[in-house]
Amino acid sequence: MSIPSSWYLVLSAVLFGIGALGLLVRRNVLVMFMCIELMLNAANLTFVTFSRTLGDIGGQADVFFVLVVAAAEVVVGLGIVVAIFRRRSTAVVDDLSSMKG
Amino acid sequence: MSTISLLASSATLPDLFVFIAGALMIVGGAVGVIVMRNPVHSALSLILTLFGIAVLFIEQQANFLAAVQVIVYAGAIVVLFLFVIMFLGVDRNEEFSHEPLAGQRILAVLLVLIVVASIIALGSEAHWTGGAHHVVGPTAGPYDNINALGRAIFTTYLFAFEATAALLIIAVVGAVVLARRSGSTTSDEALPTGEPGFDPETEEVDR
Repeated sequence: MSIPSSWYLVLSAVLFGIGALGLLVRRNVLVMFMCIELMLNAANLTFVTFSRTLGDIGGQADVFFVLVVAAAEVVVGLGIVVAIFRRRSTAVVDDLSSMKG
Repeated sequence: MSTISLLASSATLPDLFVFIAGALMIVGGAVGVIVMRNPVHSALSLILTLFGIAVLFIEQQANFLAAVQVIVYAGAIVVLFLFVIMFLGVDRNEEFSHEPLAGQRILAVLLVLIVVASIIALGSEAHWTGGAHHVVGPTAGPYDNINALGRAIFTTYLFAFEATAALLIIAVVGAVVLARRSGSTTSDEALPTGEPGFDPETEEVDR
């Protein structure tokens, strides 16, 4: 046994917190996407840590699927960003307020 | 058992060094993502974080996932981010001094601190464990990691694996439809372009 699993879990909690903070405070939609990637990676680190401590390959298989879903999410999300930018010429979420009540 | 004695009893010095290096890469890169004014610098910081995650994957004997992490994330996803940043021409510095919602940053920091503290408290309350051992199959030694992972994906998770194929096809078609310019394809000739007041740009919204 090497590093205790609690260290990895605390690290991934901190990484998730940083990603959530960036998602809340940043205004650029591309940077917000990157913060979502940070949170997905925190979850991946947790999966691999539990895969090691429980001796179960299922956690690593889950990480594999998270990678696929993240790739699909980025492709569709960036397609939406390009479509929005083409009509509004902005990548700042505060400018997209046409549905504001 | 205190953390120091746990460390002295179980972890070797190289393990500790690798963990600290990986943790510094992860946290430094993550902080860089959210404090950099330029989106290009944020993307480069994201690469640092992803490499740190790959280092910790190798430290935990997930060798195949470490390779996939570098190839797919650092090699494909971040390049896609950089491509879109350059394509849109938004690689300019962002203005941080103006805060649209008053007090929003303070509230965000407070909420995130509460969430992280709650996660850590719940984890330590549960002694950092969860679930049963060896449900899907054992993680094998350093040379059999790909073997065990492939066996799990193509037997236990076969349906999920096939579903990801459908998901990727749908994502590709969706991206093509979203990023396509209307009016540039022959299929749009069937649309009533001759009507007065018709705007090809507004046509795309209804789709």
